[in-house]
Amino acid sequence: MKLPIYLDYNATTPVDPKVVEAMMPFFTESFGNAASRNHSFGWKVEQVVEDARDYIGSAIGAGGKEIVFTSGATESDNLAILGAAEFYQKKGKHIITSPIEHKAVIDPCHALEQRGYEITFLDVDKDGCINLKQLEESIREDTILVSLMAGNNEIGTLNPLEEIGEITRAKGVLFHTDATQGVGKIPIDVDEMKIDLLSMSAHKIYGPKGMGALYVRRKKPRVRLSPIMFGGGHERGMRSGTLNVTGIVGFAKALELSMAEMASEAERLTGLRQRLYERLTSELDYIFLNGHPTERLPNNLNLSFGYVEGESLMMGVSDLAVSSGSACTSSSLEPSYVLRALGVGDDLAHSSIRFGMGRFTTVEEIDYTAEKMVVAVKRLREMSPLYEMVKDGVDLSTVQWSSH
Amino acid sequence: MAYSEKVIDHYSEPRNVGSFDKSAANVGTGLVGAPECGDVMKLQIQVDPETKEIVDAKFKTFGCGSAIASSSLATEWVKGKSIDEAMSIQNTEIVEELSLPPVKIHCSVLAEDAIKAAIADYKSRNED
Repeated sequence: MKLPIYLDYNATTPVDPKVVEAMMPFFTESFGNAASRNHSFGWKVEQVVEDARDYIGSAIGAGGKEIVFTSGATESDNLAILGAAEFYQKKGKHIITSPIEHKAVIDPCHALEQRGYEITFLDVDKDGCINLKQLEESIREDTILVSLMAGNNEIGTLNPLEEIGEITRAKGVLFHTDATQGVGKIPIDVDEMKIDLLSMSAHKIYGPKGMGALYVRRKKPRVRLSPIMFGGGHERGMRSGTLNVTGIVGFAKALELSMAEMASEAERLTGLRQRLYERLTSELDYIFLNGHPTERLPNNLNLSFGYVEGESLMMGVSDLAVSSGSACTSSSLEPSYVLRALGVGDDLAHSSIRFGMGRFTTVEEIDYTAEKMVVAVKRLREMSPLYEMVKDGVDLSTVQWSSH
Repeated sequence: MAYSEKVIDHYSEPRNVGSFDKSAANVGTGLVGAPECGDVMKLQIQVDPETKEIVDAKFKTFGCGSAIASSSLATEWVKGKSIDEAMSIQNTEIVEELSLPPVKIHCSVLAEDAIKAAIADYKSRNED
């Protein structure tokens, strides 16, 4: 077992060596511009790009012509939201989303608010689930778009895409989903789920960084977007810019590898997730699971270790690469907005650790992780005034704290 | 974030972790910060009633590595000082000693507050 152990697969993943191998020829030998229509250098890569496009489309039940290549899921989210808002503004200026979406969805929505659009943020319950009835009731005459993610990057909770799609389609509203954490990990079919726009990213599935795509439905309904970048009119005018051929090839290869083992890998990762959870909870008290207990990404476990601060905990497990919702780990000094939206108290938000498991995570690594975590939590609780007070029977909510 | 060697040292081997009986007459307890802010420090001093010298100190801290280090250092510094001398410890000295980055200065402020709160508690319970 090699240290440090990487357990942050929800943040990014290493590029699979087979992906690198597939990409290599397109840096040097086949370096043509896919838009060069008048020589073989262009033709050759154009064909490769179109094959990759077809494959990526097929992996989500779509056609290749419905795939727009982008620089990543952030750009895909921006294009979907800003592009649909601009194009459909005559129909209305109302968009529905949730407070636990990725910032790549929330921030463009806030930008639209400045431009006179109205955004409804649905409520989420303590597990991060939306209420379908509230969604249905929130859709108005002037609603143009509903944007709800497939799986949450912090807490792992899955949205019921099929049920959401039923509602949006029946109401004639576009449905965008940020499926960055979902594609290649959980089954997604844009027709069955009635998805109209879908964002994805290569680097979460062992592909290269800086590569993403947006699925844009072509039929029933035909979705139109105003571009947010202008240039050569590439990607049916929706996204100008020379195609990232190596990235596209790598993305398709990475997705192919993920799809081939999706079901078995999901089962394996769910097993590792359970193992880690059981090991930790059998040794430690005051552990709180963040996110839904079962309706969650197979590879995500987010826990709050009560009365221990997240950054100090990460310091205590320096050979584990995990992430925390603690304010101290963010530049803003605010604890995770996702945990806050779930109603997790700021104290427990400060105590949260996200474990992201992936293709190269082993049982041995999980057991080592559990051991290290238990030791670190116990040590920090020995020096935690809060743990001491709770053990002495003090109700922390009744204490008059001095803020600073 | 990279931590200074001194922060890592205090985090790995914190000095004076523990608690005194807070009802004892010669003990002063300072509890500062708030759980929702991500740091709470409890700093206790044990005072010689004759000389008014701080003979021992203990702490417990919920917080980041810098907060733990700041309070650990504070307990070291107050020991052997008179309560008046301890009152003059400035957070800037803690910042300097631990090489805290700007984003962690509040940890040193909290440690200074904890010292002052502990002394105030001692004084309030030992008024002549």
